[in-house]
This record gives sequence, C-alpha cells and structure tokens, in this order.
Amino acid sequence: MKRPLEIWILLTLGLALSASFGVEAQEGGGFPTDNDVNVVAKKLYCPVCPNTPLDVCETKACQDWRAQIRDQLAAGWSEQAILDYFVAQYGERVLAEPQRGGFTSLVWILPVIAAAGGLAAMIEVVRRWKGSPSRAGPPSSPPPAALPEMDPEVLARIEKELEKIT
Amino acid sequence: MLNDVGLLALIIGFVLSVYAAAAAAWGGWKGRAAWVASARNATCLVFPVLTLSVIALVSALLRLDFRLAYVADVSSQSMSPFLRATALWGGQQGSILFWAWMMAGFVGAAVLRPWKRDRELLPWVIAVAMLTTAFFVGLSLFITNPFERYWLLPGAQELTRALVAPQGAMPYVAADGDGLNPLLRHFGMIGHPPTTYLGFTGFVIPFAFAMAALITRKGHEDGWIRATRRWTLLAWMFLTVGLVLGGRWAYDVLGWGGFWGWDPVENAMLMPWLTGTAFLHSVMITEKRGMLKVWNMILIILTYALSLFGTFITRTGVIGSVHAFAKSALGPAFFLFIGLTFLGSMALLFRRLSDLRTEHELEGVVSRETAFLLQNLLFLAITFAVFWGTVFPMISELFTGTKITVGPPYFKQVVGPLFFALLVLMGLTPLLAWRRHGLRSLARTTAPLLAASLVLTVGWAYLHRLHPAAWAGLWLVSFAAVSVVAEFVKGVRARMESRREGPALALLRLVGRQRQRYGGYIVHLGVLMIALAFVGDTYFKQETQGTLSVGEELAVGGYRLVFEDLRGYAGTDGRDIVEARASLYRGDRFLATLTPRRDFFVVQEQPVTVPGVYTTAAEDIYVLLVGWEEVGLQATTFKVYLNPFINWAWVGGVIIVLGVLLSAWPAPKAFSEVSYELRPSRLDRAGSAGE
Amino acid sequence: MNTMSVSDPGTPSPPADQARPRPASRFARPTAYGLVLGLLALLAWGLVQADSGPRGSGAAPDFTLTGFDGRTVTLSALRGQVAVINFWASWCPPCREEAAYLERTWRDYQDRGVVFIGVDWSDTEKEALAYIDEFEITYLNGPDLGTRIAQDYRIQGVPETFFVDKNGQLRGVHIGPLSPPELEGRIEELLAEPEGNPPPA
Repeated sequence: MKRPLEIWILLTLGLALSASFGVEAQEGGGFPTDNDVNVVAKKLYCPVCPNTPLDVCETKACQDWRAQIRDQLAAGWSEQAILDYFVAQYGERVLAEPQRGGFTSLVWILPVIAAAGGLAAMIEVVRRWKGSPSRAGPPSSPPPAALPEMDPEVLARIEKELEKIT
Repeated sequence: MLNDVGLLALIIGFVLSVYAAAAAAWGGWKGRAAWVASARNATCLVFPVLTLSVIALVSALLRLDFRLAYVADVSSQSMSPFLRATALWGGQQGSILFWAWMMAGFVGAAVLRPWKRDRELLPWVIAVAMLTTAFFVGLSLFITNPFERYWLLPGAQELTRALVAPQGAMPYVAADGDGLNPLLRHFGMIGHPPTTYLGFTGFVIPFAFAMAALITRKGHEDGWIRATRRWTLLAWMFLTVGLVLGGRWAYDVLGWGGFWGWDPVENAMLMPWLTGTAFLHSVMITEKRGMLKVWNMILIILTYALSLFGTFITRTGVIGSVHAFAKSALGPAFFLFIGLTFLGSMALLFRRLSDLRTEHELEGVVSRETAFLLQNLLFLAITFAVFWGTVFPMISELFTGTKITVGPPYFKQVVGPLFFALLVLMGLTPLLAWRRHGLRSLARTTAPLLAASLVLTVGWAYLHRLHPAAWAGLWLVSFAAVSVVAEFVKGVRARMESRREGPALALLRLVGRQRQRYGGYIVHLGVLMIALAFVGDTYFKQETQGTLSVGEELAVGGYRLVFEDLRGYAGTDGRDIVEARASLYRGDRFLATLTPRRDFFVVQEQPVTVPGVYTTAAEDIYVLLVGWEEVGLQATTFKVYLNPFINWAWVGGVIIVLGVLLSAWPAPKAFSEVSYELRPSRLDRAGSAGE
Repeated sequence: MNTMSVSDPGTPSPPADQARPRPASRFARPTAYGLVLGLLALLAWGLVQADSGPRGSGAAPDFTLTGFDGRTVTLSALRGQVAVINFWASWCPPCREEAAYLERTWRDYQDRGVVFIGVDWSDTEKEALAYIDEFEITYLNGPDLGTRIAQDYRIQGVPETFFVDKNGQLRGVHIGPLSPPELEGRIEELLAEPEGNPPPA
C-alpha cells in the first residue's frame, strides 16, 4: 500500500464532493432550482417556435435559453433584468404579456373601450325599449285569441300557480 | 380506376352545386316553382355524389394507393387501417373534401324536410347554402384536389403535384408514405376535425334561413328561427364537442399540462362558438317576446363569418400558430369568399333593417329580457377581446414593424372578468321573470343561493388558501350551479304538489315535458363543469420540476413522486421510446406507477411527449419526462403538474351532449311546453287540476 | 315555445312610415362597413406577408452588426466589395453542416474584396461562442439584437445565406446549408461584375 494517507484523503474528498452533488440533485437543493427558472420562463415565449411558452418548449434552443436564465439567476439578476435582456436580444415578441406602453397599449385599451361602448349601447337600447307602444313593430306570430270572461279570483290563483312554476 | 371515379364525382358534385344555387335563385326571383323544385333535387343529390369521392379517397388510403400524392403525404405502411381511414382529414386536401361533404350532407338534410311551412324561404335557403357548398366543392376540385398525383419532371429535384401529367413528366409512386404526423394519432385529434367541421358547417343552415328571411322580407317573423332551432342546437353541440376534444388532445399529446393555450387557432374556433352561444339564447327572446331581432341577424352573420374566418386563419398561416396546416394556395380564394359573404350579408341586413322592429316594449329594467340583452353584450365583448388579441400581432407588425405576442396572461386578464360576469348572469337569469321583476323579490330568491354557494366556496378555500380571484371564480361557478339545481328542485316540487307524483316520477315527467328548458339547464350544468375546470387550471394549478436520481423524489401538493427506473426501447410503429418509471404516493400510501415517456418518430423526425397521468375526480397528477442522461440513471428530469378539477372538463362535455340531445329530441305532440300566454284550452285544465 | 301560430299568411309587412331612420344609425352603417373593410385589408396584407419568402432582390437592407469580439460592421460601408451574409444559430444542425465550408471559403477570399458576415439569430451567447470556437470561425459574427436584421431580410429559418453585390444590391438568397461549389460559384460571379453597373434585368 503506497501512500495510504493520500489515498484516504482523496477518498474522503471524493465522497464529500459526491455527497454534495447528491444534495444538489434533490429537489429543494441549491438555487436556482428548475422551478425558479420556470417562474421566469413562464413569462417568456420561445423566440423561434410559434406560440410556445419558454417553460414548456422542448427544443434544444429552448433548453439553452432556460440554461441561460439559470446562469443569470445564479449571477443575481432580477427577474425584470432577465426579461429586459430577452427583449433586447430577441425582440418584444418574446414577452408573453404585451407591454402596457407605446403602441401595444392599444391591445389593452380597446377592449375596455369596447365594453364601455357596449354598456352605453345597451342602456340606450333599454331606454328605447321602454318607449311608446306605437313604435312597436309587427308581431312575429299572430296574437292569441281573446280570453273568455273569467272570474278574476280564479285568474289570480292561476297566475300564482304559474308563477311558482316559472 | 376508383380514383378516377372519385374525381369524376367531385366534378359532378361541383356542377350540381352551382346549378342548384343558380336555379334556386332564378326560381325564387321569378317565382317559378319548377326551377326551385329542380334546385331542390340537385341539392339532395350532391351529398350522395360526393360520398363517392370520399369512398374513393378512403379506399385509396386504406389500400395505400401511393399513386395519389395525398395518400403518400398522410399515410404509411406502419399505420393501422383505422388510422389510415381517419387520415382522410389529416391533411389539407382531404379535410377540404371532408368539409364539403359534410356541408352537402347538412344542406341536403335540411332541404329534404317537407316544407309545409315557410315555403317562400326555400329558394333562398337553397341559393345561399348551395353557394357556400359550391365554394367548398370548388376549392376541393380546383385548388386543393386530393386526387392529384406526384410527377417527376426531367432534371427537377422536387416533385410536382398535378392532376394531369405536365409535359414530359413521369408519374412518381412512392414506396412508402410519410405517414400521419405522429402528433395527430390520438382519439382527440381523430374526433376533433369531424366534430369541428360539423359545427362550422352546421351553422350554414340558420345562416341560410336568416338570409332567406331577410330577402323575402320575412325577417320580422320567427318562422326561420323555429325552422332552424334544432339545427342551431346540433351545430352548437358539435362545435362544443370539437373544442373539448381539441382541448383533450392538447392535454394528452402536446405535453404542457394544460388544455387551452389561447393559441390563435384555438381562438379562431372559440369566437364562432361564443357568438353561436349568444345566438342560441338570443333567438329565445324573439320567440317569446319578439325582441332582439336585429341582434339575432347580427349574431348569426357573425357566427358564420367567424367560422369562415377561423378556418381561413387555420389553413393559410396568416397568423402563426402551432396548430396551423402547411401553407397552401387556399388563401386568396378564401379571402374573396369571406369578403363577399360578410359584405353581402351586411348589406342585406342594412337594407331590411326597417323590417326588424321590436314588437313589445320593455316593462321593467330588471327582467329576463334585459338579462338576455346583457348576455348578448357580454358574449360580444368577449368575442371582441379574443378577436382583438388574436389579430393584434398582425396590426402591430403592420403599423410598427414590431412583432409581439399576445398570450394567455392577456386573455386571462381581459376576458376573465367578463366570463365572471356571465357566470353571475347564468345564475341570476332563471330567477328573473319576463317583463318585470321586482328588485326585492329578486333579492329574496337570490340570497339563499348566494349563501349556499358561498358556504361551498369558503369550505373549499379553507382547504386551499390561494389567490382571491380563485375564490371568486369558485363562488360564481357554484352559485350558477346551485341556481340551476334550484330550478330542478322547484319544478319537481311544483309537480309533486299539483299532481301528487313521487319525486322520481316528477323529475322524469318534468324533464320529459319541458325538454327544451330542462335540457338547456342540463347543458348549463355541463358548461359549469367546464368552467370549473378552467378555474382550476387558471388559479389552482401547481407544478414543480426537478432532476432526480433513482430513489429520489419530487413533492407537490401532498403527493410524492419517486423515480424508479429509466429505459429505452424501440416501438412497433417506427418510434424510439425512452420511458421512465416513477411511483406516486400520497403521504405514505402508494397510488400508482406512472410511465411518462418521450417517443421519437424516426422517419418524420418528430418527438412526441407522452405524459404519465394519475386521474381522480378532484385532480390530475400529470408527469412529464423532460430530460435524461444518455448513459446512466443519475440525472432524470421530471416535471409534475397538479391539475385540479381538470376531469370535469371532459365530464362537462358529455353532459352538454346529453343536454342538447334532450333539448333537441322531438317531443310527442301531446307534451308541448307550457307557454306563458294563458290559452282558453288550458284554463279548463288548470282550473280543475288545482286544489 | 309551442306557438300555435299557423304560419305565414297572417302577418303583414311593416308599414312604410315606421322606417324612420334613427339618429344613431347614421353612423352605424359607415362604421360597420369601415370596420369590415379594414379587417379585410388587414387579412389581405397578412396573406401577402405569409406568402412572401425571404428578400431576394432590391437594395440590401442596411444594418450595423456588433460582433461577439467587439468588431463592428456596417453593410452600407462595404460598397465596392461583395458581401455574403449568413444567418445561423448554434442549435441548428444544418448550420453545422456548412460552417466549415463557409470558414474555408472565407479564408480563400478574404483578401479579394469579399466580406463574410455571420448573423447569429435567436441564440444564446454561451452556445454561440462555443460554436464559433468549434469551427474556428474568423469572420465577424454577432447576435442579431431584437431579430431586427432577420426581420428586414424576412428569413424563414436558418441557415439562409444572402448575397450582396458591389453596389449594395441583393442578388439572391440560398435557403438551407451551402455545399461546394455553390458558394465559390456565386462569389466569383459577383466579383466579376464591374462596380457601378446596375444589375442585369
């Protein structure tokens, strides 16, 4: 046995190192975990594949990008800094959520305007519906035959029964 | 030989369609019944003729007749006969023929009815419907012909596609086909195109009737609505099933743990569904109260136009998407047709606008009529938001040169609140009376339902403390559900009191006699189940990802996944498989062994991710194999999703189908529904049956 | 609803005096048509876009590219020289097929008035540098920031190689990996042209 002490030291070091790798391989191990990367990747779309979020995309390119996010997180970049970097590198379409400023603000504003306009239109329609009876149009089906004379008490009871059913 | 028959049949079908449209228009314009009758005969013939074409193509697919280019594109020797047959709609050419065939079937069936009533609508129904059919058959014949063959021009490096041999070209017969894209070999993708096409083409019937009504100045009557009620229901049902199947396919095959991604093609299909749903409800008002006539016209025109728009986007790649077909020459033809249809129907509507006056006046602002009006608006607002989000990338690129992505975060934030409002409406409307409803009585009837659903929600929220919007979503869904159940309870109780029936019999008779109404409520329940799945997917989903060596575990939401084994082997139909085995535990209890895998189809160079899923009523555990080492079992990466309520989406789909079938089922004459107008004949019976 | 209505002959057409146009509807018609026509125009533009391939002719869109090593190049400053613009990415297997051939050809032509520019499209810096090391590439390569250059040239994918003549005109695009002798052939053609002449029709 040549140099037993060195061999023992090497063995111990090796064991210690592999143990630390073992810890890393477990979920909950060192930052940044896959989940941390995915939180950022979720906010991005793959720059190359059509309409695929970055945390889901399985191509080699996307794996590279997720690895890049991991490196950036490990270096202490904030989420916003990473997103800004991606926009600078690959263009605005890499963001999953359209920005709130500039031309893109139109995508957010118009539905609100449309909904408000719709509400205004509805109020107008309801008001018009409450207008005078002479404006009524022709009936869609012929009016029913006239009701026979009935005891109002019986009628009231019938109305009540019907209301229970409706 | 059979191929030639198929091609011939396609030509004949086209000629018949054009003739039918022209003859019907002529007969309608000049008042000549003979021409109209002839057009009707031609219309009924188109479907059988096109069936010959379809049989020819399917037979070629089954026999693997690689002389046809289409067969070489979508079929291969490694595919089972069932898959080969369903490849009929697996590629562009076949699916257009399939579409035209379905449309011909629908129109033929609609025209075959006895026409005792609404006879003056007949010529124009045929003209409009057959014009559309002629377009699609024409597309199939002239632009995307499935009977084309491959030819090899001397000195050329690529194959040419054509019906007839170009100068000096040799026919090219592949030894084996490319096979159906592996991603499409799934029951969802097999069922999704037919049901979707049935949905889209089904709406041509109410559209044709609506146009006919406008042309003949009968738009103010509800004849066209009555005639098409079942068609509308069926078309809507198929569209819904198509959506659900598409979602199921995305969930099973695309491997991102969800079923709805707000992808442009998905949105393209959602929009006609939204306006179609609004239309379905809106026509009820016209039947009952003679109001919302213009709305109905707008909605059916939109539904039909959006169906065309949807298929245009899917097939031309105008908006990029994961779903889109390969590019083709359809674009310009489709574009012209959409333009003509949209502009033409708009012009017609504007001309006849004065016919469509509302009949009755609104007596109370709080009433069912207002609720329906609000429903129309909400659906339209959602449709606009979805539409805007879908086309905005194009607009942005056009005006600023910058490409942007409008993804799920946008849609969830913009459309979410609107859907919530719809849920509230869905719960409130059955409680609202026609004409006028006092606010106090509304509060009285609503309060117990709100309370009941609040209790349910708080109970659930106590177990899963999460985002407030999640609670709100859950509460609204349960409110609407409780409201629907309350309708059943009320109806059953009324019957039990008035006719002394037991509860089971009362329920059966109740539903049997008022099929439209209670069928509708059942559909609502189904829709609420799907809404629940959406709420779960949006707010309650959990996920985790990690790299494991054998024996290590990942944890999510009380479950533990332990990595057991990894192996690679070759599959039977041309794929290489890498499969992981993992055990799922809840606490200490062993639940199942899951086998997520990654398949690689060698010939098509297509990877397919197959998740390992553990399914329960409350949630799914959905496991993906994301990465592994080439050698060794040390670093296998898994992604685990916890998807609450997701299976309610599929159950909801089934319930919707049952509800629609019940609602559309023809009722025996004696069991007509209760009308809200007192009729002399009913008064006697009501008087004697009461206490 | 069970309407007992017998159909049709009963209900008359609406009388003409009820066809008063309402004030709001004066705007409704032109607005509706305007919106629909606008949508159709958008779709038409989209169709044209979808059908158009990479730019193959006309003036080559100008750009300034900053290489990974700090060098910069501006296309318009290269008048009098032939430019070969190659779009690539480290994750793209066909790009690797042509990488060595490109570098070889560059070394042959670099003193003869030809400039090679490598545009790295949608890539990560780490992998790109590894790729450049692997193939020992010496001509300028830089990231296409914001994918602006790629959008200007309307590439459909990678690899794509664009040829620019001495007058700054685009003279064609090669889609897919280049193999010998395609590259030399194109370069020789463009080198042979005298400067200042308009390209042949």
